[in-house]
Amino acid sequence: MTSLVSVRNLSVTFGRAEVVAGVSFDIEAGACTAIVGESGSGKSVTARSLLGLTGGAVRAAELRFDQTDLLTASPRRLQRLRGRDIGFVSQGALVALDPLRPVGREIADSLRLHTASTAVERSKRVIELLGEAGVPQPALRASQRPGELSGGLRQRAIIASAIALRPRLLIADEPTTALDTTVQAGILELIERLRDQGTAILLISHDLAVVSRLASQVLVMKEGRVVESGSSARLIDAPQHPYTRRLLNAVPTDRPRFDRLTEAPAVPAAEVTPDVVLSASGLSRQFGDLQAVDDVSFRLRRGRTLGIVGESGSGKTTVARLTLALERPDAGSVSLLGEPWSELAETSRRPRRPRIGAIYQDALSSFDPRLTVGRILRDSLGTPRRDYLAVAELLRSVGLSPSLAARRPRLLSGGQQQRVAIARAIAPRPDVLICDEPVSSLDVSVQAQVLDLLDDLQRSLGLSYLFITHDLGVVRHMSDDLIVMRAGRVVEAGPTEDVFRNPADEYTRKLIAAAPRIEAVS
Amino acid sequence: MALPVAAAPRSSVARRWLPWLLLRLGGVVFVLWAVATVTFFAIRLIPGDPAEAILGGPGSQASAAALAKARADFGLDQPLPLQYLHYLGRLAVGDLGQSYALRQPVITVIGQNLGGTLLLAAVSLVVAAAIALGLAAWSAWGGPGASAVSSVLEVVAAAVPHFWLAISLILLFSTTLDWLPPVSIPGAAGLILPVLTLAIPLAGFLGQVMRESILDAMASPFVLAARARGEGSNGVFWRHALRHAAIPAIGLAGWAFGALISGAVVVETIFARPGIGRSLLSAVQQRDVPLVVGVVIVVALGYMLVTTLTDLADRLVDPRLRAR
Repeated sequence: MTSLVSVRNLSVTFGRAEVVAGVSFDIEAGACTAIVGESGSGKSVTARSLLGLTGGAVRAAELRFDQTDLLTASPRRLQRLRGRDIGFVSQGALVALDPLRPVGREIADSLRLHTASTAVERSKRVIELLGEAGVPQPALRASQRPGELSGGLRQRAIIASAIALRPRLLIADEPTTALDTTVQAGILELIERLRDQGTAILLISHDLAVVSRLASQVLVMKEGRVVESGSSARLIDAPQHPYTRRLLNAVPTDRPRFDRLTEAPAVPAAEVTPDVVLSASGLSRQFGDLQAVDDVSFRLRRGRTLGIVGESGSGKTTVARLTLALERPDAGSVSLLGEPWSELAETSRRPRRPRIGAIYQDALSSFDPRLTVGRILRDSLGTPRRDYLAVAELLRSVGLSPSLAARRPRLLSGGQQQRVAIARAIAPRPDVLICDEPVSSLDVSVQAQVLDLLDDLQRSLGLSYLFITHDLGVVRHMSDDLIVMRAGRVVEAGPTEDVFRNPADEYTRKLIAAAPRIEAVS
Repeated sequence: MALPVAAAPRSSVARRWLPWLLLRLGGVVFVLWAVATVTFFAIRLIPGDPAEAILGGPGSQASAAALAKARADFGLDQPLPLQYLHYLGRLAVGDLGQSYALRQPVITVIGQNLGGTLLLAAVSLVVAAAIALGLAAWSAWGGPGASAVSSVLEVVAAAVPHFWLAISLILLFSTTLDWLPPVSIPGAAGLILPVLTLAIPLAGFLGQVMRESILDAMASPFVLAARARGEGSNGVFWRHALRHAAIPAIGLAGWAFGALISGAVVVETIFARPGIGRSLLSAVQQRDVPLVVGVVIVVALGYMLVTTLTDLADRLVDPRLRAR
């Protein structure tokens, strides 16, 4: 039997830059082939070459879908294939739907473009499709705009649009990135069901844990080339290429605390006394009708990490803002280093602000885009304008070259941006660092480097972390103690390992079960 | 049971739109009062005797008795606050008073001239939007070269002053080529040059914002998703990009109305075309206070009507605004 898709020696160039070189793979009906790699590895461009939408120059010894030679097919023929025979679930659930149109209209477009149907038939079918993609109240949702839907619902709507014409091939480009754990599990289940119904799947991801669940064949890409490929079981059990080993090692799920995610050795730990540096009691905050935070208490000791895990809207970021005293609690209080903190007036709080720092998910938007890295760090060091040595040392302490001081943050990679944010946060030598989803928008391999860096800094500086994330794998790897939040309340709290081994609460059990882990497809 | 179900969305529509509408109406009344007040007092700051203006200007050598009679006729002998209150009271019932120079009710003068200006402005707006859309579409399809060329064209068009453009067009099309009349005769041929004078600079501004947002939309992930669905270039442009381009263009429409009216003062004067712009200019020159005030108030009213309509259109095109 010949495969549905056959790609031999594919290369894609943009001007003089070759972003994909010598890539070959097949996809069988009812099976899933995955391409794994970091951002910029050429995996998305490889996938788009099957749609004829790379925007670059495509060459290949063979680029075939079913009976169609995609290299010689006319633009018209390609346009008919797209949507009808090849469905595309694009990267970034939050931006892949037109914000000005109801989501149902986008799904109806697929039907309108490829079938002779009336508007009434189409809107009936749209509702069926949304239901099939697991969207509750599909009739209501079809008439809403993307801005009115959660990330998970938007991704399901995109899938509904992609599968509207029962395509034989579904390309899913990072279908679960930036989604909550349980939502991610639901989307993966949906794709799995489509695969079992006979759809061929091309899955693109940076996360081997996501891939291992669905794919039978895996290609590992780096800098436009395939460094290793094979069955997913073989790749996970016996990775040959060092890069594959590094990617596997970078997945934090089920990895004990202090286990290294990268090859860099850990720094020796400094001696610290485990006194309480931060404590909150009975924190509550209401926004309109919404009880965002409801009676949350915790204590954080020096040199330790307290994890707060929960899904979007669970109130974890509000806890961070209350702790940083950016928001006033309706009830309860926070004390820092044994002294009152949240009750103080801002003027008396300001001299002690350097004791508590913060890093966020979107490092880039936390920088003034006009300032250079050096200027950003000098400002936070509070040193004289020309103290280049202190800046260089600070950059080195977060694993960056001092030469980056002259650059502007926009020109750095995501991982480098987050390192600069960390450098800025530790510059005033704080005791406590609030980390709000610090690695959620990073590739797994970059995430591993940042997590190891945070670990090193904690050991050498005796920092305490309040670590907020939706990712169960990350929080287990990073924290000594754990709080699980849902709808503003603490549903479970205790030492991290105890919570993971014996989750007392039903919701915690569901979260833990939904976390993706590396597992070979048998 | 069918009735409450049917009534529910209607009441929610009312709840959504009514506060907005009341707020807008309150704003209109406030702005009209402010415009009337400022104009009333600003006109008094111009040196000279309004009674002289009534009798034909400073050179008219009117007798003291005639001046006193004019003052009494037009209520100018009363204290200023009282004049102001009388004036507001008349405005409240829609009475804009008598034009000094034309000896006609202001409302009649405006009525005779408004139509011509509105026609000129409306045709100019349509022509400007068509030129801007053409340039934007050409940029979207023609690649970086087309985008660079239309960018230069737009900057030049936006920078050209009305009076220079009007004279250049007359020199080219009337004096040299003799295709079109240099003054605005009734009919379509007389409209072409005035419309081009007003439309070209406006098209430059509109084109700049529309091109920007069309190119942004064409490069966005949802357009990639639409293409992957099998949508062609036409579909992407009409279904997705155009709507995104319309948002900033609609936002500019209120400003465009102001630009068209101020442009009309120049254009109507140069092309000797009857209209509200030319009436305003001659009223200011003759110190015809009631006519100046009347025109300013009508223009302010029109301006607010247009901004209200653009707000409404914005909300129809961009549903995200309705939630706010």
